[in-house]
Amino acid sequence: MTTGVKRLTLSSLRYLLVVAATLLLLFPVYIMVSTSLKFEVDAFSSPPKWLFRPTLENYVAVLGKAGFFRFFVNSVIVSLSSTAATVLVAALAAYPLARNRFSGKRAVVGATLFLRMIPPVILVVPVYVFFNSIRLTNGRLALFVIYTALNLPFNIWILRTFIMDLPYELDESAFIDGCSPFAVFAKIVLPLLAPAIAIASVFSFRLAWNEFILSLVLTNRATRTLPVAVSLYITDTGTEWGKITAIATIIAIPAFIFTFSAARSLITGLTAGAVKG
Amino acid sequence: MQRRSSYLFLLPAALIVSVALFYPIYSGLRLSLFDWNLREFTKAPVFVGLQNFKELLGDANFRISVRVTLVFTASVVCAEMLLGTLFALLLEQRLAGLRFFRTLFVLPIMIAPVVVGIVWKFMYNTSYGAINYLVGLVGIKPIEWLADPSIALVAVIISDIWQWTPFVFLLVLAGLQGIPKELTEASVVDGASYLQNLIHIKLPAIAQVLGVTAILRLIDAFRSLEAIYNLTYGGPGVSTEVLSLHLYKTAFADSRLGLSSAIAVVLMILIGLLSIPIMWRDVGRERR
Repeated sequence: MTTGVKRLTLSSLRYLLVVAATLLLLFPVYIMVSTSLKFEVDAFSSPPKWLFRPTLENYVAVLGKAGFFRFFVNSVIVSLSSTAATVLVAALAAYPLARNRFSGKRAVVGATLFLRMIPPVILVVPVYVFFNSIRLTNGRLALFVIYTALNLPFNIWILRTFIMDLPYELDESAFIDGCSPFAVFAKIVLPLLAPAIAIASVFSFRLAWNEFILSLVLTNRATRTLPVAVSLYITDTGTEWGKITAIATIIAIPAFIFTFSAARSLITGLTAGAVKG
Repeated sequence: MQRRSSYLFLLPAALIVSVALFYPIYSGLRLSLFDWNLREFTKAPVFVGLQNFKELLGDANFRISVRVTLVFTASVVCAEMLLGTLFALLLEQRLAGLRFFRTLFVLPIMIAPVVVGIVWKFMYNTSYGAINYLVGLVGIKPIEWLADPSIALVAVIISDIWQWTPFVFLLVLAGLQGIPKELTEASVVDGASYLQNLIHIKLPAIAQVLGVTAILRLIDAFRSLEAIYNLTYGGPGVSTEVLSLHLYKTAFADSRLGLSSAIAVVLMILIGLLSIPIMWRDVGRERR
């Protein structure tokens, strides 16, 4: 009996802690979303107004007048195109790295590991100089190429791990049937990689969609992406917190969607490597 | 599959990485030996040898930013490892609704650092921010979170802990769930207490996961920039100016492209040193 009581108190204590942590975790998210739905006067009240008359005024203002719709489209274009490119190119590269022996393989693996560690900020100056010297200053192509490249190491690595788990007999039988390596890759391996490609796509999209510092330096008034737009909006207008949090919420929408629709794949992607190795 | 086609498959990736990563890294290394002003962009860079590095050694702001980076990194990694591990241990046993909580814990990791910086800036506001309201509930007077140089770094650290403790939690939890049941059950049958079980069985079993997690966090904290840029922009003064932000400002506020490239080299070397253990482990595996 006493052990039963003890266990009950312990588990309710654990629940209490978990609930407290969850509240702390969600608090900034709640502040962001609720402020974006408030009239400007309510946004500044302290204590925060827990009950308020909600409005979409901030979203309408942001997407309409300030031209944010264009930045939204820029973000969508750069993120989707670089995600598609990086996943395809990474899958191609992952295939021989998983299946073949060839000279230089260890060097390639070492290079992907090394490139995963580099801080994007060190690229800012050289890339800025380079694109200015070839007079290509609108930034879209630069961002597309760099995001594609920055995502390659992780994608190659996770896709390679998945390919290594596929039975080699599949490839072999297709080779015996006379298929070319590329046909084996496209018709046999690629379709089986769908779960890994989903994980790689989400993480690639996340980097491109969230990235700030390269986009800040490389884009201009017309080509800037949402994270840059929101940051500059604060510099320009100060404290229109209703509108600022509305843009912030728009930037966070993919994060919400991914978290609540694919949490398990995300956890696989985050923990792969550290845990299984 | 022949060798030649291996290289063909690797070619697109090699091209993109060469253009977008290797070439910029190379030209950054080269530029660190030159003096070049952003405002005189059309003039040719002047070769100065190791002069930029010498200047860094004597530069007080550079030294401060190294110290800020070290304090920031050490604080967040220690706090996140402790809190994340503690939480994973708490939640590891079967708990109804665990999957739901675990899902929520993914959210901060996915949110853009820019957004994190902006939302915390709003919450830290001295007069109408939610945080001073919350600390006011327990009787603490309003704090100048972002205006006081001795507190701003703490504020930055807190927001990083908020975003990244869940990452540690998820990794350690996955590690704990990977421990074979027989191992812990046997020690419970032998009458081991929870603490004995933890110290002698669980922690040794996840030692490698803990190590890798800590290194991943170290590398990431060391290069963090975007949240801090939007939360404090390094201020007040240079009290929260981490190395990567100092690099950015040297290039685009002070217009000194060569000097900022020298900072980039230092940053690369430091991060390279931090990542040696992981590279060692993973490249070593290739032999098998």
